[in-house]
Amino acid sequence: MVGRSAQIPTVNSQAVGVSYILLGAFLLIYPWFASPFWTVQIGAQSFILGVIALSLTLLAGYGGMVSLAQLSVAGCAGYMVAIWGFNDAKMSLGWPWIPTVFMAVLIAVIFGTLIGAVSVRTEGIYTIMITLAISVGFHYFVRQNYPIFNGWNGFAGLKPPVIAGVNMRDPIPFYYLSLGAAAIAYAASVYLGRSTFGLSLQGIRDNDRRMRALGFNVTAHRILAYSIAALIASLGGVLIVWLNGRIDPASVGVGATIDILVIAVVGGLGHPIGAFVGAVLFILLENFAVDLIDRERFNLLIGAVFLAIVLFSPDGILGLWQKIKKAMIRP
Amino acid sequence: MKLFIMTIMNGLTLAALYFLVASGFTLVFGLMRNVNLAHGSLYLLGAYIGFSILELSGSWILGVAAGFLSMAMMGLLFQVCIFRGMEGQDLRQTMVSIGISIILADLMLAIWGGNTYQFEIPDALYGGIRLPLVGAYTIYRLFILGVALVIGLALWFFLTRTQVGMKIRAGVDDKDMLAATGVNVHRIFAIVFAIGAGLAGLAGVVGGSALSIAPGEDVRYLLASLVVVIVGGMGSLGGAVLGSLLIGLAEQFGLAYTPTYSVVYTYIIMIVTLAFRPQGLFGRKA
Repeated sequence: MVGRSAQIPTVNSQAVGVSYILLGAFLLIYPWFASPFWTVQIGAQSFILGVIALSLTLLAGYGGMVSLAQLSVAGCAGYMVAIWGFNDAKMSLGWPWIPTVFMAVLIAVIFGTLIGAVSVRTEGIYTIMITLAISVGFHYFVRQNYPIFNGWNGFAGLKPPVIAGVNMRDPIPFYYLSLGAAAIAYAASVYLGRSTFGLSLQGIRDNDRRMRALGFNVTAHRILAYSIAALIASLGGVLIVWLNGRIDPASVGVGATIDILVIAVVGGLGHPIGAFVGAVLFILLENFAVDLIDRERFNLLIGAVFLAIVLFSPDGILGLWQKIKKAMIRP
Repeated sequence: MKLFIMTIMNGLTLAALYFLVASGFTLVFGLMRNVNLAHGSLYLLGAYIGFSILELSGSWILGVAAGFLSMAMMGLLFQVCIFRGMEGQDLRQTMVSIGISIILADLMLAIWGGNTYQFEIPDALYGGIRLPLVGAYTIYRLFILGVALVIGLALWFFLTRTQVGMKIRAGVDDKDMLAATGVNVHRIFAIVFAIGAGLAGLAGVVGGSALSIAPGEDVRYLLASLVVVIVGGMGSLGGAVLGSLLIGLAEQFGLAYTPTYSVVYTYIIMIVTLAFRPQGLFGRKA
């Protein structure tokens, strides 16, 4: 399902341009008519989860490496925000938000790169297993470590900063902040796919031996891909602690890890937009599962959706959409 | 000294339990390249079904049998209905098994709730026994050690001395050649998957009787099996033995001497193994 087709689809670029403008305009005016619940809980949260899932889409789609440790990287950034900035547990360094975010992203990128350095020694399904184990190891570590990570309790009372007089805690500024982060991460991913680096990465995904014979440093390319994915994941991690106001071991647990995989796969690993499609669907199901099926049984619903997608449309919703379009053009 | 010997005993019995779970996992992987991430769910589901049968019939042995048979049937169904159709697409199979495990976990929560269940073990296995050097020790934990030994030997005998076992090993080495010699590879696959899943169910009842069963145990044993087979080498029975011993002992020694980080040691062992020997201690290069 990963890496079966080339990532640059030949589409009418004019049509894409128009749809981008329409989508962009809709997203910009969306908070004007949506309630705070829809703006933050649905809108901003979809962007943030989408950004974290995007880092997985990037690794899996371009690099053919399915890493389940991306949420740990995001969680690492989130923990660093709590530790370097302000929290309720009086265990923080109290730095202002700019250096705090800088340190959080830096440490998370180093963490993600180390994960990459360990996991590129493996391929395919082995990568899934290793990264799953790393992710659980991280979960246990933060749960047991009290001096730095405050163990079971984690940290609460994390607040988004006030930037230029605008309190980012308010729904609309926070929405735009998340939208901005998502847009930057998305644009960077699309650009990356067309850049020299991205093309070599896709070449490595399709045939690493040939790329090695051509003189490419396969390992370095793969590790750099992990670093870039970690950069994106850490953005999402910073935003998610600002959104939730807290971080604890459960937020980097197995369930949350699998959620990110579900989002990326259900959306479709073929294109960066898939991560956001998956995130919107996931958030909508999470919030409105109560209307479809008992609230308690949300996991059953999302599991069934995930299973149906991997069984019947390995390219996710994007793949489904492509199929429908093809069927409509050629009746 | 007493603590040391006690820790070794506890480590060995935990290793025995890990071996019971991981042997099925590694068997399935070795032959089919199928990483069945629903293996932990089979463990827990087997335990729940065994528990319910035990409640109904009052017989612990019947519960163990039910755990084994029901999960063997389940594994058979997985292989025949789902995984057979996507042979060779190992990444997709893994995803499907993740989907199955999400659904099973939620169904189990719906049926058996969030409670912790404790098994009633037979009187013969209840209580303690005095051992030389060790002192008093739980009979049941020794029993698990015995079960693991018997099953390990049985698997070894099955794989090396019987015709089906020979076919399985031939399939591990070269599936296509085996099929070309006229062996029905699909039947072999189904047998192996049934045995692997059944062992998970059996381990669920046997292990659940030693500790307890509750939601979340599925993930715990899935991860234990993952780490065991990554360290030992995927698809190798000997690797599963060695991996279980390492992980079981590391966990218990960690628990006895540095309780805070005991859970982290297993992952450190795994990462070190990966760094120096990515295919695992007994594994062959893929």
